[in-house]
Amino acid sequence: MENNQTNTGNPSVDIVYRRKRNAEEMRHQVITFALMIFFTIVAFVAVGSGMSGWFTVPFILLLAAIQVVFQLYYFMHMSHKGHEAPALFLYSGLLVGLITILTFLTIVWW
Amino acid sequence: MHAEEKMTLEKWPAAPEKQTLEGKNKFLGFWLFLGGETVLFASLFATYLALKDKVPSQEHALAEDLFEIPLAFLMTMLLLTSSLTSVYAMYHMKNFEFKKMQLWLGITVLLGLGFLGCEIYEFNHYVHEYHHTFTSSAFGSAFYTLVGFHGGHVVFGLSWIIILMARNAKRGLSLYNAPKFYLASLYWHFIDVVWVFIFSVVYLMGMVG
Repeated sequence: MENNQTNTGNPSVDIVYRRKRNAEEMRHQVITFALMIFFTIVAFVAVGSGMSGWFTVPFILLLAAIQVVFQLYYFMHMSHKGHEAPALFLYSGLLVGLITILTFLTIVWW
Repeated sequence: MHAEEKMTLEKWPAAPEKQTLEGKNKFLGFWLFLGGETVLFASLFATYLALKDKVPSQEHALAEDLFEIPLAFLMTMLLLTSSLTSVYAMYHMKNFEFKKMQLWLGITVLLGLGFLGCEIYEFNHYVHEYHHTFTSSAFGSAFYTLVGFHGGHVVFGLSWIIILMARNAKRGLSLYNAPKFYLASLYWHFIDVVWVFIFSVVYLMGMVG
């Protein structure tokens, strides 16, 4: 139990400490959010400026992948302890999903 | 600590969503469900990518004729911001501040409704201006299945959060409802994860051509 590690026996001290820690985490979440907004704007600008598709397609896919990592590890707390099983489930799903996409793109060609 | 116990700030644990056995089981089960959802959406993306711009004749609209940057950008901003507000709601949940949690969940719902309104306008626009319908082409079927399934998830997520807020309005926070709020917010984040790929793969790549 992660709760026990911060237990000083004095409930009000624990709460002050935990609230401070929560506030710090929330500040990181806001920074993550600002970065996600920034990546989104960059992706839209890259497409709007009319650069070659050979550059923009891999570029916006990379930005999407970074954003998803931010969502999963910060907003959905996968960076916290006790998320081994969720990581296994999600990455298994992702593996099957990526093989499906690869298959469809190579077999169903027209 | 058991689920129905009356909670106070002093007793509120650091991880209230996983304090009870029921909460732990729900957490595990919900992530397994999200793994399955990943496969579901990946197969819809695969279908879309394989059938993109596959239309029976030249008068049918293609992806680059349909999509417009401003609307896709607005929808992305609405959903991304609603993801942050639901993080904020869970921040207040962990601090045992029920009213603030309800407020931020309410803001999340409003942003989600804004997104849904844009999507309804968008589909309506495609059907009436471009005759791009579910049955007009393989492209149309694949597009509406993928984006519509995501829209369906938004509807379900919004209903879920609204029902949770209403049912627990007078109850306050407890170890009984903390896992419920936490999982609803996870679901909402997952909807945003899927949207990140939809705006990149469907809208932005569609406009690149």
